Amino acid sequence: MSSVDTLVTEFTQRAEKVGAVVSMVKSMSEAFAYTVDLCERKDACQLLLSGCGLPLSDAAGEMCEARTQPKVVAAPALAGEEREALAAACEAKGMTLISDGMRKHLAGIDIGFTVAEYGIAETGTIVQNSNSEELRLATMVSENHVAVLPVSRIRATSYDVEREFVNMVDASPSYMAFITGPSRTADIERVLALGVHGPLELHILLLEGE
Amino acid sequence: MQKSTNLSEYRKSCQEALGDDFLREAMDKFATAYRANRVNAFADMHEKELIAEIAESKDAAIARLPELFEQFRAKAEAAGVKVHLARTAGEANEIIARIARDNGVKKIVKSKSMTAEETLLNHALEDEFEVVETDLGEWIIQLRHEGPSHMVMPAIHLSRHQVRDLFSEVTGQQQESDIQKLVKVARRELRRHYAEADMGISGANFAIAETGSIGLVTNEGNARLVTTLPRVHVALCGLDKLTPSIHDALRVLKALPRNATGQALTSYVTWITGANECATAEGGRKEMHVVFLDNGRSAMAEDPDFAQVLRCVRCGACANVCPVYRLVGGHKMGHIYIGAIGLILTYFFHGRDKARNLVQNCINCGACKEVCAAGIDLPRLIKEIHSRILDEDGHPTYSDLLGKLMKNRKLFHTLLRTAKLGQAPLKDGEGFLRHLPLMFFKEHNYRALPTIAEKPFRDMWKEIEPKLTGTKLRVGLFAGCVQDFVYPEQMAAAVKVMDHGKAHMDFPMEQSCCGLPLQMMGETAHAAEVAAQNVAALDPARYDYIVTLCASCASQLKHSYPRLLADDPAMSLKAKQFADKVIDFSSFVRDVLGIGADDFQNVAVTTKTAYHAPCHLCRGLGVVGTSQELISDSGLDYVKADEEDVCCGFGGTFSMKFPEESKELLNKKLDNVAKTGAKQLLTDCPGCVMQLRGGARRRGDDLQVRHIAEALAERLK
Repeated sequence: MSSVDTLVTEFTQRAEKVGAVVSMVKSMSEAFAYTVDLCERKDACQLLLSGCGLPLSDAAGEMCEARTQPKVVAAPALAGEEREALAAACEAKGMTLISDGMRKHLAGIDIGFTVAEYGIAETGTIVQNSNSEELRLATMVSENHVAVLPVSRIRATSYDVEREFVNMVDASPSYMAFITGPSRTADIERVLALGVHGPLELHILLLEGE
Repeated sequence: MQKSTNLSEYRKSCQEALGDDFLREAMDKFATAYRANRVNAFADMHEKELIAEIAESKDAAIARLPELFEQFRAKAEAAGVKVHLARTAGEANEIIARIARDNGVKKIVKSKSMTAEETLLNHALEDEFEVVETDLGEWIIQLRHEGPSHMVMPAIHLSRHQVRDLFSEVTGQQQESDIQKLVKVARRELRRHYAEADMGISGANFAIAETGSIGLVTNEGNARLVTTLPRVHVALCGLDKLTPSIHDALRVLKALPRNATGQALTSYVTWITGANECATAEGGRKEMHVVFLDNGRSAMAEDPDFAQVLRCVRCGACANVCPVYRLVGGHKMGHIYIGAIGLILTYFFHGRDKARNLVQNCINCGACKEVCAAGIDLPRLIKEIHSRILDEDGHPTYSDLLGKLMKNRKLFHTLLRTAKLGQAPLKDGEGFLRHLPLMFFKEHNYRALPTIAEKPFRDMWKEIEPKLTGTKLRVGLFAGCVQDFVYPEQMAAAVKVMDHGKAHMDFPMEQSCCGLPLQMMGETAHAAEVAAQNVAALDPARYDYIVTLCASCASQLKHSYPRLLADDPAMSLKAKQFADKVIDFSSFVRDVLGIGADDFQNVAVTTKTAYHAPCHLCRGLGVVGTSQELISDSGLDYVKADEEDVCCGFGGTFSMKFPEESKELLNKKLDNVAKTGAKQLLTDCPGCVMQLRGGARRRGDDLQVRHIAEALAERLK
């Protein structure tokens, strides 16, 4: 196995171990197709956003009602042709693609779509530039976070990404994130529960080539 | 939170916790699962090297906190952040309240911060502002008006049913006990608070000087929302969180989650530099503040002994492995900070009134030190604080008296001989006391106590001293009180084994108690005097090795003596030489004398034999597996019991002060041994023998408990 293959294998194993779903894609358009397909499938038997079907206080319940239909995909960082391609794919399935205005969607959206900066194989982590507030919110209030990670950006350990990372952090202001699997808690009886405040699922699409 | 005003009240509150069946079961499950998870998490790492590196880099940072603070401040201010330094908890709370007032804040959301727990920030803000914790566990305990019972899992003491009832009350809707559903209810209920809040308060796991950034380690992701949605962000951060570089933070991150929860990394690590984009803030930029809390940290940083406390990364591992925490939970094993580090921090952050009882509830088993992510010498520092509190408060008459008695060897030994006469009417003919002498509580009756031997080892020595034949090594024997006066037969057996290995033994009569009981009671000065007597009695220049059969004595002689005598110009060098020569019986017999299978009768016996690894042997001296190999070599059928290396509950004076806890630990140990079907239990410490044999006797277990030397002596060719 080449060193790239080794990194991909380790990254995949580690990420899957913490509940991420990892797939290979050959192009961005394949990533878009994956995203739209996921969005279409996910609600088949779950019409309400996570928690909305449960007995809530009146105030929290109102927020659920504020949720807009149809399904929403947010991709704040996409621009130009790529954005148009995803928008078209969403539209074909009756979904809305948004790039901003996330504060109007705090009750939740279906999918947040991002491209990660780096991957760390040792822990199955993605390094996500989150300078944009829209992106930060899209990756938190979405039920599923879909992140594209170019294979060429996977490094073995956190130390191997340190030089680049220090530069990213040192540019002020900046807001960076290591994301390893979906949001989780074990605060009640140490029982694992996914999707506490952030996504219930994290999908990582490894993009082949450069 | 610990509010008992005296030890007996405290003991009573611990007893209540012992009676909480849910807590006990939850803690037992957690303790066993944690151990396994931790081992897996570090499986392909160089754990000890990593811990040593963290300790070293943290020490270097602690030595230059003021410089790091200035560096951080310059960087952060250049990035539009306002940096504050609060000398006290009250000052920090006031700074934060002022920021809220100045910004017209009504509602505040918080992500988890132990530093905010330390300053009781919620209490300070709640009258004026609406404050909502967003970490699930913190929210639960906030709603219940409780403090955390664990640093990482603050609501670990609660059951799903209690959470169901709480959430039913909060939502005005009947909830189910399904944990997945309860988590989703919290998700929906809390979401609106983020949306409505004007200010977010977070802690900081790192304040990185080279970039002026803060780093936050979370699993739920609430910190990302807390630091994104509200227009004001305040990070409250202990000065000890100042970290020179990103590299230093990445290094800590390799250990922190692994040690805390067995995760390779938490779901989120958030790195924030400067006033970030925020749509609802003026000018589209967040109003960001970092409030550093001193609260005694600067002074600690300059203390040669206690500076290492500031290495703590708040992983909570010291609680996770603590056998006492496992029994009584965090509300009893801490004031605000929990576990071994909590006992220490309580003294410095919350005062000796809060720490006085807590520091006595350490059994000194060393389990915490073994796993500490930053290599802090927790058990020693706890004892040291106990001693300081006694110095400040005045020593209780009984412990001072005992100190005075023990350093007068002749008087002490005479008293033991007299006690032997006094016990005559209490003896049952099998080496136990029939009932307890008057100084004991009835709660001490969980184990039968041994009688003092007819003839102490020191009186036997002349008769059994081996005739020298082809000797190779000069050995000084250190007996310790228990083996000298209670179990001399263990010493006699050891002499037989070592004679077989051709050791040239000497037993100087001037030796006395090792002094560990004095240290456990906080009588450091008396312990030092006893140490000096023993170093003089067993002059290291005369011996190749100083052998003891008592793991606790060995650990005291080896690790405490050089420290106790460091300031005594006449003794400090000898004490170090002495310590270098101290070795435990099993290691000496197997590794030095080379005693192995060939030395034992080649008839295998079928006696199923379990082993109890004394805390002070396996962790104190790092001797792991040696005794078990000897047992197998001797032809006995060795079976490994679960939790073989967990404390038996003796802990010397601990078992006198906290008999209920000692009993529970003992029962767990004996239950684990019973599961193996063993008929014999061996160990390397007379204290453990006393505890285990007395407990087995009271329970009526069909189990012979002995020192390993006794079993080996019997099996020699």
